[in-house]
Amino acid sequence: MKSEGEFVNQPDNTAFTQQRLPAWQPMLSAGIVIPLFTLIGLAFIGIGVALFITSQNIKVQELDYTGTATSSPCFQCSGLSIQNCTCERNFSLSELFEGPVFFYYGLSNYYQNYRQYGVSKDDYQLSGDTTYFLKPQSYCSPYQYSNNKPIVPCGSIANSMFNDTFRLYLLVNGSRKQVPFDGKGIAWWTDYNIKYRNPSPVNGSFAAAFDGTTKPVNWQKSAYELDPTDQANNGFLNQDFLVWMRRAALPNFRKLYGRITGGDYSQGLPAGNYTLQISYNYPVLSFGGTKKVVFSNVSWMGGKNQFLGIAYLVIGSLCVVMAIVMLIVYAKYKFPDNDDA
Amino acid sequence: MLVPWRGFWNPRSKAPGQEEERHVKANDRDYNERFTYADNHIKTAKYTFYTFLPINLFEQFQRFANAYFLVLLILQLIPEISSLSWFTTIVPLVLVLTITAVKDATDDYFRHKSDQQVNTRQSQVLIKGKIQKEKWMNVRVGDIIKLENNQFVAADVLLLSSSEPYGLCYIETAELDGETNLKVRQALTVTSDLGADVAKLADFNGEVVCEPPNNKLDKFIGTLYWKDNKYSLDNEKMLLRGCMLRNTEWCFGMVIFAGLQTKLMQNCGRTKFKRTSIDRLMNTLVLWIFGFLICMGIILAIGNTIWEQRVGRNFWAYLLWDELLSSAVFSGFLTFWSYIIILNTVVPISLYVSVEVLRLGHSYFINWDRKMYYSRKDTPAEARTTTLNEELGQVEFIFSDKTGTLTQNIMVFSKCSINGNTYGENMLPIIFIDSQKTPCVDFSFNPLMDRKFRFHDSSLVEAIKLEEPLVQEFFRLLALCHTVMPEERSEGELVYQAQSPDEGALVTAARNFGFVFRARTPETITLYEMGQPVTYQLLAILDFNNVRKRMSVIVRNPKGQLKLYSKGADTIIFDRLEPANEELMYTTSEHLNEFAGEGLRTLALAYKDLDEDMFDEWMKKLLFASAALENREERLGALYEEVEQGLMLLGATAIEDKLQEGVPETISCLTLANIKIWVLTGDKLETAMNIGYSCNMLRDDMNEVFIISSHTMLEVQQELKNAKERIMGPSRERFSSSQDVGKTDMYASDSVFEETIIAECALIINGHSLAHALEADLEQILLDVACLCKTVICCRVTPLQKAQVVELVKRHKRAVTLAIGDGANDVSMIKTAHIGVGISGQEGMQAVLASDYSFAQFRYLQRLLLVHGRWSYHRMCNFLCYFFYKNFAFTLVHFWFGFLCGFSAQTVYDQWFITLFNIVYTSLPVLAMGVFDQDVNEQYSLRYPNLYRPGQLNLLFNKRKFFTCTLQGVCTSFILFFIPYGAFLCAVRDDGSHISDQQSFAVTIATSLVIVVSVQIGLDTNYWTAVNHFFIWGSLAVYFAILFAMNSDGIFRIFPSQFPFVGTARNALNQKSVWLVILLTTVVCIMPVVAMRFLKTDLHPTQTDKASIRIKITNLRRVRRTSSRRSAYAFAHQQGYGELITSGKNMKVHTSSTSAVPSSSPGRTHSSGNWIENMLKKRGAVEAEETMDSGVTEHIRADERSEDSLETLYTH
Repeated sequence: MKSEGEFVNQPDNTAFTQQRLPAWQPMLSAGIVIPLFTLIGLAFIGIGVALFITSQNIKVQELDYTGTATSSPCFQCSGLSIQNCTCERNFSLSELFEGPVFFYYGLSNYYQNYRQYGVSKDDYQLSGDTTYFLKPQSYCSPYQYSNNKPIVPCGSIANSMFNDTFRLYLLVNGSRKQVPFDGKGIAWWTDYNIKYRNPSPVNGSFAAAFDGTTKPVNWQKSAYELDPTDQANNGFLNQDFLVWMRRAALPNFRKLYGRITGGDYSQGLPAGNYTLQISYNYPVLSFGGTKKVVFSNVSWMGGKNQFLGIAYLVIGSLCVVMAIVMLIVYAKYKFPDNDDA
Repeated sequence: MLVPWRGFWNPRSKAPGQEEERHVKANDRDYNERFTYADNHIKTAKYTFYTFLPINLFEQFQRFANAYFLVLLILQLIPEISSLSWFTTIVPLVLVLTITAVKDATDDYFRHKSDQQVNTRQSQVLIKGKIQKEKWMNVRVGDIIKLENNQFVAADVLLLSSSEPYGLCYIETAELDGETNLKVRQALTVTSDLGADVAKLADFNGEVVCEPPNNKLDKFIGTLYWKDNKYSLDNEKMLLRGCMLRNTEWCFGMVIFAGLQTKLMQNCGRTKFKRTSIDRLMNTLVLWIFGFLICMGIILAIGNTIWEQRVGRNFWAYLLWDELLSSAVFSGFLTFWSYIIILNTVVPISLYVSVEVLRLGHSYFINWDRKMYYSRKDTPAEARTTTLNEELGQVEFIFSDKTGTLTQNIMVFSKCSINGNTYGENMLPIIFIDSQKTPCVDFSFNPLMDRKFRFHDSSLVEAIKLEEPLVQEFFRLLALCHTVMPEERSEGELVYQAQSPDEGALVTAARNFGFVFRARTPETITLYEMGQPVTYQLLAILDFNNVRKRMSVIVRNPKGQLKLYSKGADTIIFDRLEPANEELMYTTSEHLNEFAGEGLRTLALAYKDLDEDMFDEWMKKLLFASAALENREERLGALYEEVEQGLMLLGATAIEDKLQEGVPETISCLTLANIKIWVLTGDKLETAMNIGYSCNMLRDDMNEVFIISSHTMLEVQQELKNAKERIMGPSRERFSSSQDVGKTDMYASDSVFEETIIAECALIINGHSLAHALEADLEQILLDVACLCKTVICCRVTPLQKAQVVELVKRHKRAVTLAIGDGANDVSMIKTAHIGVGISGQEGMQAVLASDYSFAQFRYLQRLLLVHGRWSYHRMCNFLCYFFYKNFAFTLVHFWFGFLCGFSAQTVYDQWFITLFNIVYTSLPVLAMGVFDQDVNEQYSLRYPNLYRPGQLNLLFNKRKFFTCTLQGVCTSFILFFIPYGAFLCAVRDDGSHISDQQSFAVTIATSLVIVVSVQIGLDTNYWTAVNHFFIWGSLAVYFAILFAMNSDGIFRIFPSQFPFVGTARNALNQKSVWLVILLTTVVCIMPVVAMRFLKTDLHPTQTDKASIRIKITNLRRVRRTSSRRSAYAFAHQQGYGELITSGKNMKVHTSSTSAVPSSSPGRTHSSGNWIENMLKKRGAVEAEETMDSGVTEHIRADERSEDSLETLYTH
């Protein structure tokens, strides 16, 4: 009837402008909430049981070798001034420790998550950029220069690298038979292949790339000679170094030292008496820390972890209880209303 | 009408060193240049292209939040305390600044455009003896400009001459003060002689000395010096910028004030910046959060000091421990700042900008709403400010103007009484229905008729056609006795410019009945009487004023007879009648009562034949008196009085002040929503009461209507006290005293108390009584009485009083007020109230310009409040709750981690995650909820006005709610941290390599957090549109996409030091145990919320807060009471119905004791009765519903699905 021009200001009639967009309007009705709780509860109890049983089946053997107690074999090594000390811990397995067995060292009360510690490294250096070898970034301070020479790898993290070494012997008929640790591939693939890069060798010599730099203060050896047995396991791509550089989130942590997979031990550690020889270099007593080693195997869910299983069981049960409570409440308070209406 | 005190908030009023006197010489630019007068260029824009960036940035950093983030940014640049990289702050900050800057720039662009448009309007300026076209902005002070009909006046101009005789010219001041009637301006005689002679005008070299620029629209003092003479100038000789020239072919004027110094621009003081209560609450809360932040900082700093002393000092070999940190206390100090930086996200940087975006969205929804678009005027609703939307959901008091707001300000000639016979459509109930079908009278016999005119009684036309002399005389009077200006644009197309709409209606009626007022000269009036031109000589106009309340004209008809025609208020006219008219007077008086009862405005008409000799003598006296210098007014008045005696009554007219569509329904609906509506009008008591009755604010079944119209303070006090006692009865007295004492803190009980008063009363207070009642001693009792009454009408109030009433309520009731009006006289209250609404389309723009929202019809208010306001409030509250929850959950994880990382301010998350969390990962879902969410759809919002209650009680977001949601945030952060903590204590990957490193931990917690807050927003979203789906799922997808992108090899190779998390995502998230941790965390965080919500809807009576329990108890009681009267009939007449029957008449007599007051017509009651019953029935149902209170929305939504069950629920 009227021409369109007369309604120039008329708003558009769209679902959006008129706020009539089609929508799903979910509601927390009893028909949804109570079955949901029951379902989640049952599922969680199921998962919890599975986790708990799995976790129970994982074997863990822990040995503390801090040496605080005078009776401890490592007591004499725990003094601050003692260098190149070696001590031994004996233990026995009554049955086969199923493999693959992983060997960890653990530190407690050790704050790898301290902020200034955490930033104290030079990512450019560690990615093999040699321009930063001679001029480390200031984050590394005070482990930036030593005797006016730049430190490579610089910073607190590298400087404080764990340097105890372990040897494991199985006592077979009174003689010691070394159980080999496989230290290969214990670091993350991404760390080894992407994050950390060694400098390219200069004139064919890997060590020459480090010319003009010095090793971290606490290190006994330079980065390029960390593993004399394997040339590839040196520099920033040394597996132990990579493991150390992946900072722990919490003050009590363990880090992988090696796998026991080789030869006779592919099925695990057989029952018997063992001796762990420790070259004790890393002082922890000064800050009240402890050191330990852990033998463990793993399952689909990783290492032994009671917490998750129990937590699932508890939460699952709570959900079921809640479902029952809600059903009661609903029955008691809701039904009369409905009748009334 | 002008608001005199508007000047108070004019920012430019007094600057030191301003000019004290203005000297302007006509046609002398050189002279005028010596003073630095503003030119006619106006500039409302704030920025130019070059100044935009610095000024805008400066303004933005004046905001508290932005300045805070700037300080944070600076802190982050200090390496010792920088716990976060600078980009975590600068990225959001830049984003926020950019969004705001873009918004400001667009606003300013539009201002530039409108300035440009105004500045380039054409005007004709006399330059060097010639009239030249010139842009407005090039007009200078002292120029002489020519104006033509229907042109806007370009500047404040002194009228020199015009096309009309005596230098008269007519202007319309709608843009200035909102009045549409014509005003007359007259030039000085000396200047009007200049006429249109360009040469003479070019030679004109008068000098004006006048007041400096000011903002008083109705005052001007100046002197013109010309040819050694002095002429005094006043406002009557000024044409102000913004006026429009009417009925005047041309006029010349001299520019006195230009551009920003014109009175119009001086009046455009920036409106006070209004803020919503949520805004204020938000600011308080942000301050609290700052306090909380500092407390956390201090706790962690102390923790750090202790830790450094006990543990950290032993770590010197491993941890960084240089000289700088050698003192534990100093380390604690640095840690404090570090933690302030890390925890800064508890104050969400995106909060303010998100809130702005939401409000902008809500404003657009208001602008876009077709149900608030008025097609007849092509006017959509407009949200003129974008900052107040959610407050629309909390309104408790509405102050409404009457004329043009409740009524259309269209006067319709609806009835008349001529010589004792009434004509016009009968409104008696039975015939009422038929009258709808009564065809409109056919005026086709009259070629000059106004096609829009409707009349339903053909007997009057018959009477005209039969040429009954009195009927003819009646319409002749209407056609002659007025001050209307005709405008005939083309042959037969007449337009009347009337001073008041009433007059226009009367002249139009006469026109259609064959007495066409066609032309007017100062000495003659030409009518077309039944098609024949008749010219009357106009001898005198005895004009209307408030004291006389009548106007008369003396004319000589072509036959040479002298006649005096008079119209005026019935009481005034009746006093001056010839005694012989007594019988007719009684009949007419009865008719008048009948008309008044129907809410019509009445005038009595009378005439008188004048004797030639007597008139000559009188005329001489008149001329003498009008030349008198002293007491001129009084002398004239006496002379008028002398001649207006012994009149012959002709009859009376009744004009209908048409209500706007849907006003009664809107008022009832808003009343059901517990909004109190007060009408503040400048109209007379009777008119106001008429309107009160016709819009159902006053009803016959009301217990009592108190009319307060005393003139002294004591009487007013007594009347108010009596009213209060009558309402409450003596037993309730102590309630009132306790109410007085605990005014401020007994908000909840206050409303309980008010609700227990069931009696329906109304208060009507007159302007002069209000003046007393508003004094400090009485305002409390006034407020008490007013709040106890269902209806409050203030009549004869000045604009200032309107504002005072609003201010009173604002001050004493902690309630949100809304003022709605259309005219310049409403500007003060519109600016005072929390929310000002302007009715656009009717009168001028003044009210709309001062308002926050504008639309064309009063009835849209219902939709604005109950739908838009309610949604806005609901959305904003949910938005804020979620926002605070989300940021607490996000940030406090750092706090818990502090205890396990030596309080070293180590962040839990990746820095990029911290940067992006608020602006990318979680911003869009919550915005989508804030824009689209609907707990109840619009039909139900309107159908159950009770759903508006939570907003008024401030239930959805208050300090308590804030604590609840932050507590939820704290708990979530606790769970988010400690479940992964437990799981990661000795976690290893399934290939034996370790996973309990910092980065995996960070990714696990971050992923859990994003999932938890996404699920939470899903729970909070009631209305999942496609956009919500897209944003919620999209955010999750974007999180994972960005996570993997940032942890990818490629990006690490490019920026090795910026993305240290390379590989973490894939190493952590391919572990089943990590996903089990995330699942567990999510469930533990969310399920309690689900359970709580479910139980709350079931068990809410024990869950809701104590204040609302009290309200609920009374409601419960009431439900029990009402349960016995389920039937609408019983409920509607619960009280006062018997009284109505037995003493209803008495009551009306009682109320009408002060003046002639409408007896209610049965017709109206009938027409609206059904409807009211329905509304009341609904209220009963809703109250019953209220027992389920907060559950109500759920029920309704449930019921939406089955309309049937709903019907049973509400009609049982």
